[in-house]
Amino acid sequence: MDHLSSYLVLSAILFSLGLYTVVTRRNAVAILMGVELILNAANINFVAFSKFVTHNLDGHLMSVFIIMLAAAEAAVALAIVLNLYNDRGHINVDEANALKQ
Amino acid sequence: MADFIFWVIWALIVASAALVAFGNNLIHSVFALMGTFLGVAGIYIFLNADFLAVTQIVVYVGGILVLLVFGIMLTNQISTAQISQSSVQKGLGLVVVLGVATIILTAVLPHDWVGSTLPMEFADTVTGIGNLLFTDYLILFEIASVLLLGALIGAATLARKEL
Repeated sequence: MDHLSSYLVLSAILFSLGLYTVVTRRNAVAILMGVELILNAANINFVAFSKFVTHNLDGHLMSVFIIMLAAAEAAVALAIVLNLYNDRGHINVDEANALKQ
Repeated sequence: MADFIFWVIWALIVASAALVAFGNNLIHSVFALMGTFLGVAGIYIFLNADFLAVTQIVVYVGGILVLLVFGIMLTNQISTAQISQSSVQKGLGLVVVLGVATIILTAVLPHDWVGSTLPMEFADTVTGIGNLLFTDYLILFEIASVLLLGALIGAATLARKEL
């Protein structure tokens, strides 16, 4: 807990699991969950480097803005997903290959 | 004791994130995601980021997770079938992701980060974040407020029945 590498390994694992979720899932909501994992991994890195390397609060500020962006992104993406469901009856992204039917 | 708690939270994050990535039931995945978010909040506390830990719980667990559950509930027939989810190209995806993980770990671990031997113990980050937000990051703060307004209007417009 007092060494940077334990946080970096955790962040790398979290990023990899999020990337796996994004590339393999078919459900659009599950893909959004993978994106949230990736953003959390980035946040851990920012805050860990803020404590261990730069010794100031700039990393914390970046994390605040990332959390804000994640909230905005989730709201807009779910609105798009609901439209996709109303249009197709499913939200499988590998079958959503046309902008308009 | 603190060391033990740290590794318990560490394992909780990895296990619940693995359930998000490999689980078969979408509802199980979304509840595992709550474990990940709470664990990351715990990691923030170990990193002396008190404001971020609270923000993580309020925004992620209280906001984004509820949105995701709503998204699942509105896009599946809950009563008829169990909400299973399928994955495509698991083998290829695993190979690519393991490759990316190897690249990240070999890049960051051997590097001797300057100052990494002397961690900074922040006593209170709220004052510092507030000061920075209204001095160095003022423009970014204003842009963020406009972006949130745009996202609010955009989401409300997109989610209407008649576009």
